[in-house]
Amino acid sequence: MDNNSSDIDIVVLTKGVPDFREGKVSFDEHGHLERGKTPTVMNPNDRFAMKAALQTKVRSGGKITVMSMGPPGYKEILQEAMNIYADELYLLSDREMAAADTWATAITICSAVEKLDPTPDIVFAGFKTADGETGHTGPQTSWALEWPIITHVVSLDVDVDERKIRARRLVQGDIKEIETVEVDLPCFVIPDPEFEAEYPRASHRLRLQNLTEETQVRSDAYEETLTMWDHKELNLDPDFIGLDGSPTIVGRVDPIPKAPSDREATIIDLENKSGLEEMLGIMAPFAGGK
Amino acid sequence: MREYEHYEAIVVGAGPGGAAAAAVLAENDIETIVLERGMEAGSKNVSGGLIYAEESSPYTIDNLFPEFRNEATERPITEYKLHNISGEKVASFDLKGLHEYDTKWCDSVLRRKMDSWLSKEVQSRTQETGGGLINGIHVNGLLRDENGKIKGVTCDEIDPITADVVIAADGVTSELARASGLMDWERPEEWFQGVKVVVDLKEVDNIFDLEPETGIAHLFSGDLFEGVRGGGFLYTNQESLSIGTVFHLDSIMEEEAESHELLNKLLTHPLLGQWLDKDYCELEYSAKLVPDSKKAANPNPHLDRLLLVGDAAGQMQAQGPIIKGMNHAVTAGALAAEAFVEMKERGDSEKAGERYELKLRQTGLMGKLRPPMYSVVKVVAENKVATAIVDGVLTSPVGRAAIRTMGKRIGKLYNVPILSMAIPDTSTPYVTLPTIIGQEVGEIIKSKNLVDPPELADRISKLAYDTDIGKPHIELIDNSYAASGGAVTACPVSAVGFGGGCYRMEEIEVDGKIELRVSLDTQPCIECGTCAVVAKTEWSNPRGNKGVEFKHG
Ligand SMILES: Cc1cc2nc3c(=O)[nH]c(=O)nc-3n(C[C@H](O)[C@H](O)[C@H](O)COP(=O)(O)OP(=O)(O)OC[C@H]3O[C@@H](n4cnc5c(N)ncnc54)[C@H](O)[C@@H]3O)c2cc1C
Ligand code: SF4
Repeated sequence: MDNNSSDIDIVVLTKGVPDFREGKVSFDEHGHLERGKTPTVMNPNDRFAMKAALQTKVRSGGKITVMSMGPPGYKEILQEAMNIYADELYLLSDREMAAADTWATAITICSAVEKLDPTPDIVFAGFKTADGETGHTGPQTSWALEWPIITHVVSLDVDVDERKIRARRLVQGDIKEIETVEVDLPCFVIPDPEFEAEYPRASHRLRLQNLTEETQVRSDAYEETLTMWDHKELNLDPDFIGLDGSPTIVGRVDPIPKAPSDREATIIDLENKSGLEEMLGIMAPFAGGK
Repeated sequence: MREYEHYEAIVVGAGPGGAAAAAVLAENDIETIVLERGMEAGSKNVSGGLIYAEESSPYTIDNLFPEFRNEATERPITEYKLHNISGEKVASFDLKGLHEYDTKWCDSVLRRKMDSWLSKEVQSRTQETGGGLINGIHVNGLLRDENGKIKGVTCDEIDPITADVVIAADGVTSELARASGLMDWERPEEWFQGVKVVVDLKEVDNIFDLEPETGIAHLFSGDLFEGVRGGGFLYTNQESLSIGTVFHLDSIMEEEAESHELLNKLLTHPLLGQWLDKDYCELEYSAKLVPDSKKAANPNPHLDRLLLVGDAAGQMQAQGPIIKGMNHAVTAGALAAEAFVEMKERGDSEKAGERYELKLRQTGLMGKLRPPMYSVVKVVAENKVATAIVDGVLTSPVGRAAIRTMGKRIGKLYNVPILSMAIPDTSTPYVTLPTIIGQEVGEIIKSKNLVDPPELADRISKLAYDTDIGKPHIELIDNSYAASGGAVTACPVSAVGFGGGCYRMEEIEVDGKIELRVSLDTQPCIECGTCAVVAKTEWSNPRGNKGVEFKHG
């Protein structure tokens, strides 16, 4: 049987997104997303992060903490996560954190991950969210944590004794080219939607069944394992989080199912000094949270 | 190399045999892992099915699973009739005597419901031993040590596992039975083929005039199957009927009969018109090989740490028209487990197989499976000359007069258990005798039958499959008509001139001459096992979770 002597502490980051499935999403007459009327669900790509986390727990032992940041209504997203598997749930929520962009989110989440005791060995996050589609939160959080990151992971194996992760990943997100990488823990991992959990031993399958049953029983009373943290508990200055801490400006949201997004982008040539200066000029007022 | 995982006991297959074995192992705190290839237990299984609890048996399913009858069965079967058919004339006998002989109770079952319920019980009991039950695992072979001795199993989905005992309860298409050399797939005469439909019928009580908590079984034999040796059945479930046929496989081959057409002959006979109408609705079509224990049961079903139980060991008794496979699988599964527990206590678990063999004999199970009287009957009666003489006498004016004189009292003979255990495997009991009885003492059936059975293509398209694309589980290794042509008719989802089945006949030109060839497409396969016996194939079950999924069984 597997050796559980040195367990792995795992965090999964998840986010609620509007349920974009046909018939669920609603827009007002101007084509703006009506968040209030559109149900919120777990970001579909976060399921792969959940599966990778569960595989790690089943095969190497340990604890899975699922963390989200958002309004109190996101509790249900955490319950959805617990239906897959969770030992503990954390929701980072208060007014000051609202309307954060990926940068401010990363700073907030990083503070929360660092506050966990013991400090986790692996953080899993989903590949892009279904609403933002930036794919930035993960990498920015890993940057803030100063951890290595592996993206586009399709399979992984954690070596508890060596404290290493071996992962197979798609090179440039392309299914045709797969490389194997080895990274020391702690590490940030973003599974690809092609991720497949692997349970090669009979004991893995048995433990998976037991854990799945157990978590489903627990998920009815999920609030018992839920901790809410606000900016005070995280010791964060409101000026650096939420909308105030976000350098990004959102121009307009286009209804995704109806038309492909056509945001306006100015392409800046990195060699072109004046273009860069112009951009910095635009961003400068926001960088200080003003 | 990684070390293999080890459990005290591996049980392969979560049918009645596997469930019983696991229950006894768990009861004795043996760390037990049960491996089932279906996505849920029962999703691969087919029975008629009436499950018996015999007075004389040391184990019955309700001993091992006390809630079984409340949770997993359809109806108690309280009436039992045999119909001897000759054209539109039918002579019906009450076979209650035979049905109740040695019977504590008998219930109709549908296997998906029955096996999935059993598997949940098994799951929670084996979990407590440190093991458990895993679905979707196809055990594909035996793991042997450096001296070739069996020490565990290999699987498609997970790493090999070793164990102190491997109980193979993997049914009639057991790959472990073949891999060990304890059973083979050579002789069609050792097998029956069972084909069945589950028919939707909400008004079972009204139509069959049944009180609550009662049910009826009807059996059919005679000339309606055009000389193919075997018979038909109709069993009442809660809100459906199980209707099917069971024929000797060698007879199907000799007559080149199409299995699904034989079933249609039963479905469209006027006798069934009293119960079925034009709104006839089939829920599921299925089929499976059935071993004939009289010939196939291995009296020493063990090798090293491997013990075979149930259909895997050929332990399926055709007691005249009564089919007893599930109950014997239960008994054998429990005995195999008990044998291991006892030998482990003595520190000699390697001898579990021998102990199991002894128990099969001492409890009388082997005697039921291979009745000593049958070996006498076999020599005397299963002989072409003898059959011709007996059939000649029966069909002669003298024989007919004798049957007329006996009239319906002849039914009494059918109720003699010892006779039914040793019915010779010839056309006499299956075809000649019932036909003459029908002709001589039968009455003309007045009801009309308006059933229009579905085409084979429709029956196939109603089934659920998860095809393992690009990985056919059966490989045809000789495509000549002589070697494999029999499968075109005998495969229950193939037929001559039907392009949508598994086996097809093709004409190809070789050196200017037209030759017949056979081709195979496993997509519509319902995993019955027939072609493993009647064609030259490399036969295995699909990977875990793959292939056909029966919802009723
Ligand atoms: C049409 C028909 C009518 C019948 N009528 C009756 C009747 O009325 N009464 C009666 O008692 N019997 C009847 N039988 C016979 C009865 O169904 C069998 O004798 C009985 O099911 C045998 O039980 P078992 O546990 O040995 O095998 P099964 O019930 O066949 O169970 C075997 C299990 O092993 C699993 N398995 C197989 N291979 C593997 C593998 N490689 N790896 C993992 N898992 C595997 C299967 O999925 C299955 O769950 C009938 C059979 C047929 C076909
Ligand atoms: S292909 Fe073989 S196993 Fe499959 S249904 Fe036909 S006869 Fe049965």
